[in-house]
Formats: sequence, structure tokens, C-alpha cells
Amino acid sequence: MSLSNAFFAIIKRDLVLALRRRSEIANPILFFVLVITLFPLGIGAQPHLLQTIAPGIIWVSALLASMLSLDSLFRSDFDDGSLEQILLSSYPASILVLGKVMAHWLVTGLPLLIVAPLLAVFLGMPSHSLGILLLTLLLGTPVLSLIGAIGVALTVGLRRGGMILSLLVLPLYVPVLIFASNAVEIASTGLPVSAQINILISILVMSVVLAPWPTAAALKMSIN
Amino acid sequence: MEENEVVRLQANQLSCIRDDRVLFEGLSFELNAGQILLLEGKNGSGKTSLLRILCGFREPDEGELLWGFDAINDSQYQTDMAYVGHLDGVKKELTVYENLKVSLALGRPGRYSIIDALARVNLANYDDVLVQALSAGQKRRLSLARLLITENKLWILDEPFTSLDKQGIALIETLMIEHCARGGMIVLTSHHDIELHDVVVQRINLS
Repeated sequence: MSLSNAFFAIIKRDLVLALRRRSEIANPILFFVLVITLFPLGIGAQPHLLQTIAPGIIWVSALLASMLSLDSLFRSDFDDGSLEQILLSSYPASILVLGKVMAHWLVTGLPLLIVAPLLAVFLGMPSHSLGILLLTLLLGTPVLSLIGAIGVALTVGLRRGGMILSLLVLPLYVPVLIFASNAVEIASTGLPVSAQINILISILVMSVVLAPWPTAAALKMSIN
Repeated sequence: MEENEVVRLQANQLSCIRDDRVLFEGLSFELNAGQILLLEGKNGSGKTSLLRILCGFREPDEGELLWGFDAINDSQYQTDMAYVGHLDGVKKELTVYENLKVSLALGRPGRYSIIDALARVNLANYDDVLVQALSAGQKRRLSLARLLITENKLWILDEPFTSLDKQGIALIETLMIEHCARGGMIVLTSHHDIELHDVVVQRINLS
């Protein structure tokens, strides 16, 4: 059995688990849809204002939805002892952790991409910026999962880690939020956004390479 | 298992301090192939803490642990060791077979196939059953089946007989004797009086 075998076994396991506990998939996406539909109600009949702040609304909601789903990343594995077994494996824990984060993103991040264009149209976003919105979500949400994983790994041993988790993780989400919502905003005026996209790509590459190590180390500390 | 390799687990002057309380200090032992180490002591005497140090989850506050001639932090030890703890480490939403398949992917394939291992722990025909439908004793046997499907020289077992019935206990004892006969080693804690014939059992009383 090889490392890639173990990696895919973890992904498959987590996807099967998510399918059998459907609320895990439904919760973040419902939250995302609900928050976005509340904005027009709160702001009232001001379509231009809504159109202007649409990128920000969508991205802030995506960010909060992704943070809400973070706790489920390691919680059940921590509670039933599977996490010990994963960390005891002779394969590098960081790679196995990366598998878990990837499965988590497929379950909680990817659905956001699917509903986001529809919600963007509701908010009156111009259709030529929808592509850029999807691209920023595609590049940005995995970063949210990867960075969030470090925070969850640190707080999974605490019973009431929720508040600390948001304090730890939200500041680290800020660069993604700034570049992503800025890219969508600029795109709606028709200007090129390659600079923002390139920065998002580099943030993604950096977090894929660097985030699994501290996550694995923090998990080892948490199960102690 | 390779016969020519000299493997042994050696502890030198281990000590463990938890919340300013000394659980044990100056603890030394040596465990060779085919031997069992039984940890005894009252509740809270540090049995589980010692096992978690042996697993590498905790660092000993003093002392060192050697596997062969190297410190246990090197990866060979991780490959050679398997742990069954208080928590079963199985997912209740997965079937028995799916659980073992993941464990197999995470370790080195061992002597038994998944189906054979399930038959060995009297869980044959349970492979498609969700774990949440199993009883506590069946779950325990499932987590012990993990030891059979992967190849590990050292088994670390924390109260392996919890929630097992008489037949279950006899079964696990047989498996442990077989493992030792093949040159394996076992470290375990147990409140249950174990009957192991033809095996060297060292006892350490922590209290």
C-alpha cells in the first residue's frame, strides 16, 4: 500500500461519511443562501447599492459559511479515536491531513461555487463578472479550508473552542477576502484583474504546501 | 516477521509529571520479542499516560525510549507499532468492512485479509453492517481485528478486555499468545486477570 493509496482512502472515507450525515453538506450552503437573501431585505429597494456591494456580500457570506463548517473537520474523528489512528499511521500525517481538508472542501466549499452564480444574479451583479466571481471562489475557498484547518486543529481538544477559533482564523482570512472581492468588483467595471487572480493563486499554492504541517503538528498536540 | 532483526523496546528512567503530580519516575524496563508487559496499578496511577508515551503521543518528562537501537521518534517504530485505546477508533456511520479497509490503507498489510480477520474475531457476515448497529463488545472485537489485518510487531492495548464477554476474552488471549509465538510483543493494561500460558509476562505495578 502506498502513500497515494492512503491519501485517497482518507478522502473516500470522509466523502462517504459526509453522504451519510447529510446535514454536514446542507448546513453551510443553507447558511450561505440565507445570509445573502437577508441583505436585500435589510437594505430595501436600492438595487444600485446592492449591486455595488454584491461582491463583498457574497465573499463575506462565503467566508462565514466556511468558518461555520470548520468545526466538523476533525471533531468526530477526535471524539471516536479515529484521529489517533490516523496520526499513528506510518505515512506522513501532513499528507493524510491534506486529504481530510480536501474532502472537507469538496463537501462544504464546492457547493458554494454551485449556488453562488445564482445568488449573484439575484443581487444584480453584471453577468460578465460572474466568471471572475466563480474563479475567485474556486481559488479562495480551498485557502479558507486549509488555513481554517490549522485553527481547528489547535482548538479541537477544547470543549468550547468556537470563539477562539474565529479569533484565530478570521484575521488570516482577510487577505483572501480583500483580493477576491476586489477582483470581482474591478471585473464588473470591465478592467483586467490578472494581478488579483495571480495573488490568489499564489496564496492557494502557499497554503496547500505550508498549511498541512502546522495542522498535523497541532493535532498531535491536541490529542495529547 | 524478519527473525534476524534484533528488536526490543527499552525504556530508561522514564518519568511522567501531570499537573504537578509525579505519576511515575525512574521507570525502566526492557521488552523482547515474544514477551508481554502487563501494567498494573490503581485508577489514576499513570497506566494510560505511560501507554500514550509509548505511542509517541506524549513526550516523557525525563528518560528515553529505544526501539532496537534508535529513539522511537524515528519512523520505523511508527510502522511497527499498533495501538488500541479506550476509544475504539472506528466510525459508526461506516460499515465494518469500510472501517477495516481504511485501517488497511493506513498501515502495512498483514497476515489476515479483512474477511479472514473478521472470521477470526467472530464477526463473520457482519462486514456489511454499520458499526452503529454493533454492540460494545462487537465494536471492541472490530477494533482488535485491526491488529490482525496490519503487520505490527508491537501491540499497545489499553484495557483490551473492556466490554468483552468470556468467549471474547478467551479469544483475545489466544490471539495475544499467537502474536507472541510469532515473535511479537505486547504492552497492555488490564484489570482482568489474564491467563497466558507459555508466554513470558512481565508485570509492572505503577502504584
